Amino acid sequence: MSRMRRNDLFWAGVFIAPTFLGLLLFYMWPVLRTLFISFTETGPFGGSEWVGFDNYAALAQDSALWSTLWNTVKFTLVALLGIPLALVLAALLSTPGLRGVKVYRVIYFLPVVTMPAAVGLIWRTLYNGEVGVINAILGTIGLPGTNWLSNPATALYAVAVVGIWLGLGTQIVIFLAAIQGVPKDLYEAAQLDGAGRVRQFWSVTLPSISPSIFFISVLAVIGALQTFDLIFVMTGTSNPAYPQTETIVAQFYQRGFVDNQQGYAAAIAFVLLVLIVAVTAVQFRLQKKWVHYV
Amino acid sequence: MSDTLERTAPRVTGSPSGDPAAPVPPEAGRRWRPQHVGVHAVLLLGSLAMLGPFFWELSTSLKTLGETLVLPPTLLPAEPQWSNYRDVFDTLPFGQMFTNSVLLTAGRVVGQLVLCSMAGYAFARFEFAGRGLLFGLFLSVLMVPSQLFLLPQYEIIASLGWLNTLQALVVPGLFSAFGTFLMRQFFLSLPRELEEAAKLDGANHWQIFTRIMLPLAKPGLIALTVLDVLWSWNDLMWPLVVNNDPMAMPLSVGLASLIGQYQVNTTTLMAGSVLATLPVLVMFILLQRQFIQGIAFSGSKG
Repeated sequence: MSRMRRNDLFWAGVFIAPTFLGLLLFYMWPVLRTLFISFTETGPFGGSEWVGFDNYAALAQDSALWSTLWNTVKFTLVALLGIPLALVLAALLSTPGLRGVKVYRVIYFLPVVTMPAAVGLIWRTLYNGEVGVINAILGTIGLPGTNWLSNPATALYAVAVVGIWLGLGTQIVIFLAAIQGVPKDLYEAAQLDGAGRVRQFWSVTLPSISPSIFFISVLAVIGALQTFDLIFVMTGTSNPAYPQTETIVAQFYQRGFVDNQQGYAAAIAFVLLVLIVAVTAVQFRLQKKWVHYV
Repeated sequence: MSDTLERTAPRVTGSPSGDPAAPVPPEAGRRWRPQHVGVHAVLLLGSLAMLGPFFWELSTSLKTLGETLVLPPTLLPAEPQWSNYRDVFDTLPFGQMFTNSVLLTAGRVVGQLVLCSMAGYAFARFEFAGRGLLFGLFLSVLMVPSQLFLLPQYEIIASLGWLNTLQALVVPGLFSAFGTFLMRQFFLSLPRELEEAAKLDGANHWQIFTRIMLPLAKPGLIALTVLDVLWSWNDLMWPLVVNNDPMAMPLSVGLASLIGQYQVNTTTLMAGSVLATLPVLVMFILLQRQFIQGIAFSGSKG
C-alpha cells in the first residue's frame, strides 16, 4: 500500500468514524436488537423472557392487527390519489407564458412546512360535526354533513384527505421540475401532428416524466404505510372511530410505548418492514411496464 | 434499488433544468392572457383549498369561544381576541417548549452539518478498501423504516438516564445516513482541480476540507439545513416517546398533548398552532428557493 493510500485511509477514519459509530449505536445495532426483542416477552414484573416465535404466531391470529393492516392499505390507496392531482396541477402550472407561477408554488407548498401536529388540530376544527366549517359549506349547497372524524365510515378517508393536502406541494414541485426538463422539440413535433394541450399531456408529458412519477409513488407509498402523526392527533384512542383509523404504526406505538408489550411491538415493526419491502419490490417490478427512461 | 432511485431522484445540483427551484423563465413574455382564464380558475380554486385551513386557523385563534359555536360560522371575529394568545401561555409551559424545540432543532442541524459533511466528503473523495461496502451499509440504514430503531433507541436513552432531557431529543438525530448520502452526492458534483492545487501546495485533508470544500458546498449544506429544520421542528413520535415531562417536551408534543383535554378551548388550540408553526413558516417565506430545492431533493418530509 502506498504512502498516499495509507494517508487516505487515516483521514477517511477521522472523517467517517463519528457518523459511523453513531449510526452503529443508534441505527444498525438497534435493528438486530429489535429482532431479538421480537422473540421475547416482557414479564409482569419487568424483565423479559425468550418466547421464540410466539409473538409472530399471536400476530397472525390477532384480528386487531389485521384490521390495522387493512386500514393502512386503505389509507395508502387514498393517499395515492394525490399523485394524479399533483400531476394535473403541475401541468397547469407549466402552461407556457402563465403568470403568477411563483406565487402559486409558494401557496401549494405552505402545508409542506407546517407541523403535522398543528395541521391535525386545524383540520379537527374544520371537520367538526356540530360547528365545523366543512359541514357549513356542504349545507349551503344542500349536502348533508357528518361528524367526519368520529364517524367510522368517514374517519379514515377524512384523515387521508389531510395527508394528500400535506404532501401535494412536494409532489407538485418535483413534477414541475421534471416537466421543465422535457425537451421542447417533443411538444413541437406533437403540435405539428395536430395534438392539443390535453393530448400533449398524455402522449408527451406523462411518458417523459414517468421516472419522476415512479419516484414519487415509491416515496408516497413508503410514507403512507408509516402514517402516525395525523392519526395520533386527529382521531386518537378515545375516538369512537379509532379502530377504523388505527394504522399499523399507531398500533406499534400503542403496544411498544403505552401497553408495555415491547416484544409484540417489535414483531409488528418487522411486519411493517416486510410490508414495505414487498410493496416497493412490486412497484419496482411493475415499473418496467410503464416507466420510460430516456 | 438505490441505483434506480438515484437515477430518478432530482439532483441537488446540476443543470438548471433539473433545479426545481430555478426561477421560471423570464417574466417578460408573461402577461395575463385570455386563454389562461380557465387555468387560473383551477389553480385559484386549488389555492383556496390550500390557504383556507390557514385562514380558518388564524380567524378562529382570534374569536371568542361563543363565536366559534355560532351557526353558520362567521368568517371573521367581530373583535380580535388577542388574549387567546396569552391563554396559550397559561395552558402550557409554552416558553419552555418553544426553547426545547429551538434547541432540539439547532442541535440536530449543527451536529449533522459537521458530521454529515465530513463523512460525505470522505465517501466522495478518499480511496480506501471497503469503501463501497461501508457506503452500502449506510444506504441500508436509509431503507429501514424508523420503527425498527425506536425500541432499542429508547432503551439506550433510558439506560443513560437521559429520559426527559435535551440530549434525549438531540443525540440520536446527530447521525444521519441520509445527510451523509446527500453531502456525498454534492461533493461528487464539485470539480477536483482546486483540491489538487491545494494538495500540491502542501495542504492536508483537513485544511482542504474546511478551507476549500466546505465553502463550495454551501448549497448542499443549505439543503441539509432546511430538511433538518423541518424534520426536527415537526418531529412527533421520538420526543413523544422519550420526553413526557411537559417541561422537556418540544412544541409538537405539547400541542398534541392538549387533545382530549376538554377544558382547552378551540381558540386556545388554534392560537397555539399559529405560534408553533409561525417560526418555520416565516423561515420558508424568507428562504423559499432554498426550502423548495431542499425538499425536492429529498422528495419527502424527513
